[in-house]
Amino acid sequence: MASEKSSSDLTLLDFWVSPFGQRVRIALAEKNLPYEYVEEDLLAGKSERLLQSNPVHKKIPVLLHGGKPVNESLIIVQYLDEAFPDTPSLLPSDPYARAQARFWADYVDKKVYDCGTRLWKLKGEPQAQARAEMLEILKTLETELGDKEFFGGEHGFGFVDAAFAPFTPWFMSYEKYGEFKVAEVAPKIAAWAERVGKRESVAKSLYSPDKVYDHIGVLKKKYGIE
Amino acid sequence: MRHQSKQALVMMSEPVKLIGCFGSPVVHRAELALRLKGVPYELITEDLNNKSEMLLKHNPVHQKVPVLLHGDRPAICESLVIVEYVDEAFDGPPLMPADPLARAAVRFWASFMDKECRESMWMALWTDGEEQAGAISAAKANLTLIEGQLPEGKRFFGGDTIGFLDIAVSWIAHWMEIFEEIAGVRLLTEEGHPTLYRWAREYTANQTVRLCLPDRDRLLAALAPSREIFVSIAKTMSTQKQYSVCWICNI
Repeated sequence: MASEKSSSDLTLLDFWVSPFGQRVRIALAEKNLPYEYVEEDLLAGKSERLLQSNPVHKKIPVLLHGGKPVNESLIIVQYLDEAFPDTPSLLPSDPYARAQARFWADYVDKKVYDCGTRLWKLKGEPQAQARAEMLEILKTLETELGDKEFFGGEHGFGFVDAAFAPFTPWFMSYEKYGEFKVAEVAPKIAAWAERVGKRESVAKSLYSPDKVYDHIGVLKKKYGIE
Repeated sequence: MRHQSKQALVMMSEPVKLIGCFGSPVVHRAELALRLKGVPYELITEDLNNKSEMLLKHNPVHQKVPVLLHGDRPAICESLVIVEYVDEAFDGPPLMPADPLARAAVRFWASFMDKECRESMWMALWTDGEEQAGAISAAKANLTLIEGQLPEGKRFFGGDTIGFLDIAVSWIAHWMEIFEEIAGVRLLTEEGHPTLYRWAREYTANQTVRLCLPDRDRLLAALAPSREIFVSIAKTMSTQKQYSVCWICNI
């Protein structure tokens, strides 16, 4: 059944520095889909619209398509592929390649943000453990990327690239707090980060590493962490 | 009427192996998907206390089951990734709904099951005192949310037939009651969640489900001795929660 919704029916509830929201912004840009961007000022509190659109998690990003909400960044990206099949897709068409893309996007989801948060939030032994884990994560992703230009391989810039790219401005913060260099630990990942950073959809969706670092500082202050 | 594409015929002719272990709810997901699609497979049973070279080779990242091997392709891991793969790679009744919004919804609730729901149930079963009381409340509220996804008047989350979300929340239908018995805690009752309770009975009575559902008594016997381990896992989860609050998107 053909969808009667037009792409001008798209609204994104988001928070400027959220890597999860950025995944959706990247996908929308890759697909050239116009949308209304709504900044939720999460530091001030959550709007009624956000709470109603995502009553279960009360989190951004939320995509509203003809008023109907879709939640969870990777689910939103897949939704955009499926609801707008005439736009460039982020997932490949082959079932096996799709399964591998979903696996690795899930890996990024499970590992990167949580470990990164512990890295800048904690001290002592827990921080050392987070550092060790982050190095492991970067090395694992390095192995998966291999010599490919993008994680999407033959497909080109794809689902996993969109899932992981928003974390690239966070590398500088991870490096500062963890005292390591991505370029030394995972040189292919560092090179990939530079490549994706130049891609138009990514460049216009992300903020600079300095801004991310400053934001972490703001959060630490707000929550009374040294 | 669909005819089998050449690609589908090729894929069907390549042998499928599933690495699993007795009693695992996530292995069940993969097995049920294969059975519902009519895909023959060889089940290889692992002893997770003594992981084989084969498992470690095929799933170096997580070192967990289930692992799907289709022909010569490198392994597919993570149960819900496997279920979607089986749905897409093979002909047979679709497990996912057709409509993009409906697909997004079942993926959302499957993810909810694996994160918030599972965590709240674990804490409700294995903590004590005030923490447990809060967790029991949260777990029951989560069951209500899941129950709300059952289509009106239908036997399954997938409608008249078992679908992706039935498979994703199958833990509730069979494993939950066994853990409840070991813990001495009731979370799912007919009074508290009549529709979900009825679904659980429908699910476990289904012929295809029964072919890959671990025997209840054998499962109880296998799990009961690990009570202390379950309690310590809950303690770790409790500590980790303090560390991993989502700071940007959940403040």
